[in-house]
Amino acid sequence: MTDVFNKDQLTKSVVVLRILIGWHFLYEGVIKLFNPDWTAFGYLATAQGPFKSLFMGLTGESVIGWVDTLNWLALIFVGISLLLGIFEKKGALVGILLLAMYYFAHPPFPWLEQMNVEGSYWFVNKNLIELVACWVLFNFPTGHYFGLTYLFKGTNKTTNTQ
Amino acid sequence: MKWTRRDVLKGLGGIPILGSIWWAGTANALVKNKDRSEILEQLNIQPSLPTALKTIGGAPIRFGIIGFGIRGEQLCRAIGFATKEWLEEMKVEEQETGNTQLQEFLDQEKLNIQLTAVCDAFDVRAEKVVSSFSTDTFKVKRFKTHQEMIRSGEVDAVIIATPDHWHAPMAIDALENNVHAYVEKPMTHTVEETYRLKAAAEKSQARLMVGHQHRQTLSFKTARDIVDKGVIGHVSMIQTNTNRNDDNGAWNYDIDKMANEQTIDWDLFLGSAPKIPFNKNHFFRWRKWWAYGSGLSGDLLTHDYDRLNCVLNMGIPKSIMASGGIYTHNDGRNVPDVLQVNMEFPSFSTGSSQIKGKEKGMTFTYSATLGNGFNRPTILMGHDGTMELGNNLTVWPDGNSTKYAEMIEAEKMKPNVPIYHYNPGANMPDAVSSATSQYFADKGLMWTYIDGVRVNSTYLHLREWLSCIRNGGDLSCGINEGFDEAISAHMTGLSWKLGRRIEWDPAEQRIVPIEGINFDEVLLASP
Repeated sequence: MTDVFNKDQLTKSVVVLRILIGWHFLYEGVIKLFNPDWTAFGYLATAQGPFKSLFMGLTGESVIGWVDTLNWLALIFVGISLLLGIFEKKGALVGILLLAMYYFAHPPFPWLEQMNVEGSYWFVNKNLIELVACWVLFNFPTGHYFGLTYLFKGTNKTTNTQ
Repeated sequence: MKWTRRDVLKGLGGIPILGSIWWAGTANALVKNKDRSEILEQLNIQPSLPTALKTIGGAPIRFGIIGFGIRGEQLCRAIGFATKEWLEEMKVEEQETGNTQLQEFLDQEKLNIQLTAVCDAFDVRAEKVVSSFSTDTFKVKRFKTHQEMIRSGEVDAVIIATPDHWHAPMAIDALENNVHAYVEKPMTHTVEETYRLKAAAEKSQARLMVGHQHRQTLSFKTARDIVDKGVIGHVSMIQTNTNRNDDNGAWNYDIDKMANEQTIDWDLFLGSAPKIPFNKNHFFRWRKWWAYGSGLSGDLLTHDYDRLNCVLNMGIPKSIMASGGIYTHNDGRNVPDVLQVNMEFPSFSTGSSQIKGKEKGMTFTYSATLGNGFNRPTILMGHDGTMELGNNLTVWPDGNSTKYAEMIEAEKMKPNVPIYHYNPGANMPDAVSSATSQYFADKGLMWTYIDGVRVNSTYLHLREWLSCIRNGGDLSCGINEGFDEAISAHMTGLSWKLGRRIEWDPAEQRIVPIEGINFDEVLLASP
């Protein structure tokens, strides 16, 4: 009984986590989509750390447009998949990739100057924590409990009563 | 299949959340865009784009370089003539540090010009030019004096990058012989020769350009548009600064190991300057003595003055008062290394948003130290706004502006938030900058490149001069601009030396005489 109760509580809490992360991604994506002047140029051009040259390479005139488009597309995809509870494993994976890029573009390493951050970080920052949270979502899909998957996979409806 | 209420709630519950977030995101973005458009519409600023110049057709323009020191070498390099030594050095730097200067140099458009002659009192420098720019079929000719070069028939134009006391004699000689001249700043070394050079330039068929390459900086052209449209209202105060704290910035340049009485034509260097025994320190670090240079007033104030004269076209000040001293480099120099200058423009106005006659007049201050490198920006302070002017340009509204009172009241503008940010490298003007983009811009990191190419303003300036030589057209820094700059610099030097106010008579186009004082004697004197 205790196990079942805990699993139920766990599922509910992961659903909340999933919705909050989806919320965050979707809003970031929509804001960028509807701001014609937004570009990742500044963020990438000021990249630091071991992958600096890779990020600088993304600022080229021929690629920056694609980078910007792919960024908001990916953000919105992650947002929708996590909020609606469908393709959530794919969504969580894309989220992990995006966050890894954000993390490594401006890594909170003590030997680098921390630019434009609102807190104090030592190796671990919010991007990294959200990345690990996405990893949890990847390993613990909850769309069958709350989300479109619940409707499409009829057999799963009973899962929570097991 | 029949869905229960529970099924709908658990299956579709995410949809209203998604909808709300999408709505909030679009609404937020659209409101911001609307505010931005509204502000931009009201400001109506047109960012300048690079001006198209006619290419130099026909036979190459033949030019001679007079003075191949630090600046002379930079000027030649800017138009495509880099020494072998520099190319080698840059190759090494490119490999070691990823320095891109070499690539930028190679990518720059080649001008239809030929370096045919050199004149330098130091053998090593003159020979460097000959060996670097001669080819199998063509040898760069070295002339002992500028007179010989100008009369040789082998140059159409000369670039003068000598110590200040040689600028005017060489430029006047070139113009009188219809040879085009590009002269470094300050245009002249004394008051009298400033009047004489103006007369020579007005009489000559040849074109004179003064070396204020800042005139090519796009943000300054945009700044002019901003001031003309009254965006910042009546400007009552301008602050400009020099902040340097290193040997190079204090003109203590390297002394070449090869320099001695055999390799340097000392009498040629001295020219009209007082006869003193051979002195390497004076030869390489001439900017530190009034006999050959003019210190902060001629060397660096001229840049700041001309930058603003380019934006405001305010002309020569009615009066100047200067003070300062030698406080950071007591090394035998006689020019000040700390200088405060106040230039008064009592009748000048950039326009007013208040009742007629309330606002008129402006003070331009220049504050310089060679003992501290903290960056103090150039600021134009108007009743309706403040403009910070550099390579980028930022405008803030003033909290008590008359023009923006309604928008500030409605919180559509905030005094601490820029209403306009211009960067020549960006595609779009950025109104209501976010803290992030503002931060990156301030660091100079955001838009360092124009179309992926870092543009050298010295190249643009020289190219304009060369194009006008062949095709005609207006020079952005010709004799009138040079005259304003030189007179303002000399008035500053005189004020510092005499410790009194120096006035300009615009009707007579003369510095108001002071009984018993010969201005040029004062300027040249070694205190």
